[in-house]
Amino acid sequence: MTAGLFVLGAGALPATRKGLSGGEATVGATSRQAFGQPIPCLSSPQQTQFFVGNSFFNRNWVVAPSSTQARDGLGPLFNARSCSTCHRLDGRGRPPDPPGEPMVSMLLRLSIPGHDPRTGVVPEPRYGDQLNGLAIPGVEPEGRVTITYEEIAGQFAGGEPYHLRRPTYTIGDLRYGPLHPEVGLSPRTAPFMIGLGLLEAIPERALLALADPEDRDGDGISGRPNRVWDWTQQRQVVGRFGWKANQPTVAQQTTGAFLGDIGITSALFPRENCTAVQASCTAAPTGGQPEISPELLAQVIFYSRTLAVPARRDVDHVAVQRGEELFAQTQCGKCHIPTLRTGPVDGLPTLSHQTIHPYTDLLLHDMGAGLSDGRSDFDATGREWRTPPLWGIGLVVKVNGHTNFLHDGRARNLAEAVLWHGGEAETAREHFRHLPRPDRDALIRFLESL
Amino acid sequence: MRPKRFKATLWWVLWCAIITFGPGGYALVPAVRAAVPQPAPPAAVLHQYATIVHASYEDAYASAMALQVALKALVETPSPDTLEAAKSAWKRARIPYGQTEAYRFYAGPIDGDDGPEGMLNAWPIDESYIDYVEGNATAGIINHPEVPITASQLRALSEAGGEENISTGFHAIEFLLWGQDQSDDGPGARPYTDYVTSPNAGRDGDRHPSPQQRRGQYLLTVAEMLTQDLKRLVEAWAPDNPQNYRAAFLSANPTEALRKLLSGIGVLSRGELAGERMAVALSTRDQEDEHSCFSDNTHVDIRQNAQGIRNVYDGRYVRTHGTIIDGPGIGDLISTELNATMTRQLDDTMEKVNAISPPFDREMLSEEGRKRIQDAIAALRAQADLVVTIAQALGIANLQVEIPE
Repeated sequence: MTAGLFVLGAGALPATRKGLSGGEATVGATSRQAFGQPIPCLSSPQQTQFFVGNSFFNRNWVVAPSSTQARDGLGPLFNARSCSTCHRLDGRGRPPDPPGEPMVSMLLRLSIPGHDPRTGVVPEPRYGDQLNGLAIPGVEPEGRVTITYEEIAGQFAGGEPYHLRRPTYTIGDLRYGPLHPEVGLSPRTAPFMIGLGLLEAIPERALLALADPEDRDGDGISGRPNRVWDWTQQRQVVGRFGWKANQPTVAQQTTGAFLGDIGITSALFPRENCTAVQASCTAAPTGGQPEISPELLAQVIFYSRTLAVPARRDVDHVAVQRGEELFAQTQCGKCHIPTLRTGPVDGLPTLSHQTIHPYTDLLLHDMGAGLSDGRSDFDATGREWRTPPLWGIGLVVKVNGHTNFLHDGRARNLAEAVLWHGGEAETAREHFRHLPRPDRDALIRFLESL
Repeated sequence: MRPKRFKATLWWVLWCAIITFGPGGYALVPAVRAAVPQPAPPAAVLHQYATIVHASYEDAYASAMALQVALKALVETPSPDTLEAAKSAWKRARIPYGQTEAYRFYAGPIDGDDGPEGMLNAWPIDESYIDYVEGNATAGIINHPEVPITASQLRALSEAGGEENISTGFHAIEFLLWGQDQSDDGPGARPYTDYVTSPNAGRDGDRHPSPQQRRGQYLLTVAEMLTQDLKRLVEAWAPDNPQNYRAAFLSANPTEALRKLLSGIGVLSRGELAGERMAVALSTRDQEDEHSCFSDNTHVDIRQNAQGIRNVYDGRYVRTHGTIIDGPGIGDLISTELNATMTRQLDDTMEKVNAISPPFDREMLSEEGRKRIQDAIAALRAQADLVVTIAQALGIANLQVEIPE
């Protein structure tokens, strides 16, 4: 976040329970700071933790060696200088616009075919598991991404036209040699930061109960968990964070992102992200061992877990209510599950035993060939993606000034996002495509109220 | 008096009392007006605010110009004296500037879309991006003759890709004057010889200027950028210009303008000063996690920030050369009681802030020092809470005192 801090006198919460998307961890925020607010009722020391975490989330990391030893160690290879560069105002990233602009809040994951039970992917031998477009002085950045779009025309059942755009990625300016001929690329925009502590608190068995990999109930939906590696517990667990649910906890997601995106080492991941051929990267000075202290890392993690969910808006509006009915009728709610319950969370009663409305099952679903990135990630295939939570989605335009959705931001608005749904979601998409215009608008209006 | 007339008289007395002492009553009785002060209209307070903002930016600009003069003298004739004089000029320039930080946080001229705040005062800086650092003697633009040192080049480098490589502003100048702070009990100690250029300048003739030359050039380039940016701020707030920010600010809805004014002092109290500059430093316990880490001048930044908040509330500003500008302030818009509470809190904050014993980087490592800093943080937070209360009293709901990013 930006530091959404102690908003005293925050907007009134909606009267109906339905509008409390995060249960007690909801705030009535509708401004640009809507995603950056702490959950209510943090104790005074917790408020300080939130604040310090926010500081390290927002402020740039600098090149080592520096006088500010707590904040040095950037790179040697990186994508951004701070968390907030991509998660601007704790919000969502987007593709470059126009396409020639540098890629800021989005990145490209890399790998070659194969499976690794610990890392989930086999890294590309020269460039690792992520393309780093920036580097510290004296080190070459890895390459530069360009995106081209192909417009695809379609029609709603009533004859109205629509357009979708399919992106193609090319990497130029490769500084460490050619890419592996079978390299897989996965473009990923930065997801927003709200409600992560709540999602983390949903009991594993609740997610497993929602899974139906064999589609036993014959409804066409076959969500399944991604089983990933927890480096702290040193065992396999259900993943829940990231576009393919490849991270099990906020802590691991955060620590991994520090290394992969900013080049900051930690006790959990003490080695810089330099490959064998990247000699200048390996030789570059570091900001200490580790570059982020356990205490400060803990505070950034705490911050990431305690960002609140903004309340719904216009819950009782006629069109919104109609849209809500349609959301259920068109089967969207089969994967975008409206209501879940969290379990206990130590030290954070505001996250414990909450009835929440994240509109996700956190499971992997086959979304069809159109959205496939052709690259597996732990158990997820190229065609499979985690159901993203829809809470807060209506505020993205306010916070981040865009309406780019899906993993690569290809959808220019919510309707396009729905129209890209394929695979298990094909039936739901067809329902949507066949809705009369007023009903389609109502459904979108409902999404915008979340 | 016969009973009926007495009653009538009684009613008449009551009626008079209501007229006299009820709403609007004081207009009739001048003597009573003294006990019930006329509230200042918001417009008067906003006008005074604009006057103070303009005057303080003028002072910041003037002292930046004086700093520029001292830097030129250093580059022309490097010596221990000219280096000391430059350092003093830098410290003096921080005094009005620190007070202007109360005008941030509402996307005004300082930090709107094209605002210069990042170019003026961003922190931390990429030291090795600018100049040599311990462990890397040839680091930085200064030591790479192939990188041109011009204002447009530095601006471009600082804004590349939506992310800053901080290479300009007050802290860049500070780094160039003091160097890295490697000592436990003193500021940075860059030798003046870093600016001494030999008569036959350059490593090979004129084609490759020496690092000393480039350092001087860098210093003067960023100083020029600093003064230019401050000048734009003076112009944005100048009177008699119907096209500038001040004109728009004063002709806008007064409640909106008050919201901005209060956001500035609220966020500075809670988010920036109590939070970023003090609580975070306490938490990291990193000696140099302080904003003026090269010069050990952080305590002055803190005091001037607190003073700036005070200035806005009181409608009062003491200029660099001693002239006092005094007029209506926020206190004139609210109840006597709330004003008294806030004034007491502001007094308490100044006392606690002044009690912080310099240098800040040692204060934050000692038990007693940490307690003093913690007390100041608490006072600033209480102050911010009151700003929100005051906002509510003025019909401004949901005043947010977090830091906009």
